[in-house]
Amino acid sequence: MTTPLVSLQDLSVQFCGSRTASALNEVNIELGAGEVLGLLGESGSGKSVTLRTLLRLHPARTTKIQGKMLVDGQDVLALKGRALDLYRGGTVSMVFQEPGLAFDPVYTIGQQITEAIRAHAAVDNQAARAQALQMLERVQIPQAKRRFDAYPHELSGGMRQRAMIALALACQPKLLLADEPTTALDATVQIQILLLLRELQRETGMSVIFVTHDIAAAVEVADRIAVMYAGRIVEQGPVSQIVRAPRHPYTTGLLAATVGTENRGQPLVAVPGSPPNLAALPPGCSFAPRCVHASERCRREVPPLQSVGTQALACWHPLMPLAEAA
Amino acid sequence: MNTTSYSQTPVLDRGGPAQPLLVVRDLKKHFAVRGGPLEKTKKFVHAVDGVSFSVPKGKTLGIVGESGCGKSTTARLIARLMQADAGSMVFDGEGVDEFGGIRLKEFRRSLQMVFQDSFASLNPRLTIAETIAYGPRVHGMPAAEAMRQAHALLARVGLEPAQFASRYPHELSGGQRQRVNIARALAFDPRLVILDEAVAALDKSVQAQVLNLLQELKAERQLTYLFISHDLHVVHYISDYVMVMYLGQVVETGPVERIYGQAAHPYTRALLSAVPSMDPDNRTQASPLAGDPPNPINPPSGCRFHDRCPHAHPVCAAKAPLLIGLPGDPAHQAACHLNDPSSGHPAALTEVQP
Repeated sequence: MTTPLVSLQDLSVQFCGSRTASALNEVNIELGAGEVLGLLGESGSGKSVTLRTLLRLHPARTTKIQGKMLVDGQDVLALKGRALDLYRGGTVSMVFQEPGLAFDPVYTIGQQITEAIRAHAAVDNQAARAQALQMLERVQIPQAKRRFDAYPHELSGGMRQRAMIALALACQPKLLLADEPTTALDATVQIQILLLLRELQRETGMSVIFVTHDIAAAVEVADRIAVMYAGRIVEQGPVSQIVRAPRHPYTTGLLAATVGTENRGQPLVAVPGSPPNLAALPPGCSFAPRCVHASERCRREVPPLQSVGTQALACWHPLMPLAEAA
Repeated sequence: MNTTSYSQTPVLDRGGPAQPLLVVRDLKKHFAVRGGPLEKTKKFVHAVDGVSFSVPKGKTLGIVGESGCGKSTTARLIARLMQADAGSMVFDGEGVDEFGGIRLKEFRRSLQMVFQDSFASLNPRLTIAETIAYGPRVHGMPAAEAMRQAHALLARVGLEPAQFASRYPHELSGGQRQRVNIARALAFDPRLVILDEAVAALDKSVQAQVLNLLQELKAERQLTYLFISHDLHVVHYISDYVMVMYLGQVVETGPVERIYGQAAHPYTRALLSAVPSMDPDNRTQASPLAGDPPNPINPPSGCRFHDRCPHAHPVCAAKAPLLIGLPGDPAHQAACHLNDPSSGHPAALTEVQP
């Protein structure tokens, strides 16, 4: 593999305030060009923090970032001023969960996309507007000309999310960060947005990090899935491996808790307990208090993330050792 | 405030096992929209437009549909959190709030609701034990007894009273708060519990715990559930009967196996095929429906689904289909001209089975 587009090395993020919360603990992610990574986890697992850290959106005063973060050869943590502005939106761009909140309510959709284009490229207003309109057509907004002059509140949820994607892709970023883009949408609209993202990714060849708590949505778009728990990556692998032969007890628990046709009428196999408090993480494996396989060692030592090929695992007692069935 | 003595007797079963616990007839709610100064005609959101159904005793009726289809409004109308414009309800054979029927106060006691937002539905200034004891106390139960009951309920829903009873809502996690909401709903010994997206905001692993708890409680206390959700997997798991709503109307209703196995309405079929496949080698290739649900202020004429329906025909725009029983199982009803040979739709009954 050539140099990856994104490479996070031992990235740790702590939020300091009245309490100190370790949101990310030594996360390692590598993502090649044109690859789609699904980041899966529950609330508080550090999925969104990873994305926001990639865009450097956290306030510097209360955030302590350690480790290395390279995107497209640039050291993101060292970026400043104009270079950071160009990096945000130009190299890496983000689609947020709630498009109604991410857009500015007092400007039209068209104005906001045009503004983003002009902030990154030296084009006049007319050219930027034409480009923005083209973007709206590309994300399959019907009657794009009319919607161009619509305010965000005039659009439906699915349409707003399409406009959000148009805005994110307006400057041809190399990496798109999608933070639960379909969670707030209805099932019939969710599948449309997932298909659109997949199609646009194929067309543009960009890399995507797709954050979700819904494993089914990740399966629809991702090539590779990384499962996060309490700020750590616990398992990583190709989609088919994660879904069919999970190794980490947490991944297995997540899959078993997904209700389907098979388990109608039977009690669900639920993971007991709830995710740990990030301000007071247990000393060993953070999943140990909820894990049925936990031993003394799990409670004492944090399992390291070991990787073999495209797969990685952080567990002392995996359901299947890493080397097997690779 | 209530001053009459508190009767501990739960609302008894009156109609026998064959009598549906709740029958809703022709429920309607139109919300007026504030128009501009120049608008002469007043506009209305047709939130719930003629919804009729019944819930058999001890069963779970799942209500599904996209946002804006009137699921939650239906629940609120049934719980009398808002007044319906039209329609009537029969609770275990007795008319609700009618002459000679069940009194509203008694009806409210036998029906409880659990909401989606577990935090917003708890009083932040009361400890969770106080929250659970509050309702029974208002209905006249002595404070000490109400507290004792609250502790017992907390233990039942899996929250150790010694550890949790004196905590405030913000000290609990989302799953624990939803357990408190369930305990509070049970404090009245209700017969019908309305769960309005009660597990939607929870993480998957916690959601499974709460679903298990709901199933256990249902068996233990002979509860009847009205389960509202947009998550088709969860509805499939928990429901005995399913009702599909679209723009304020029921488009299909029937036993869960029939709805998930032989859906008769094109909308139900589209909704079911919009669920991601979970199979990486067999991803969804085409979206079953284009666009968003239309605006409920001006619903389309005739069949409300006709402008998104792949089988639409001029007759669909002209005439609204009725909810009719299907061959094979009269409990399975669908409102589609395709299922009605007399409707004039050219493909009627030939294209029904996929």
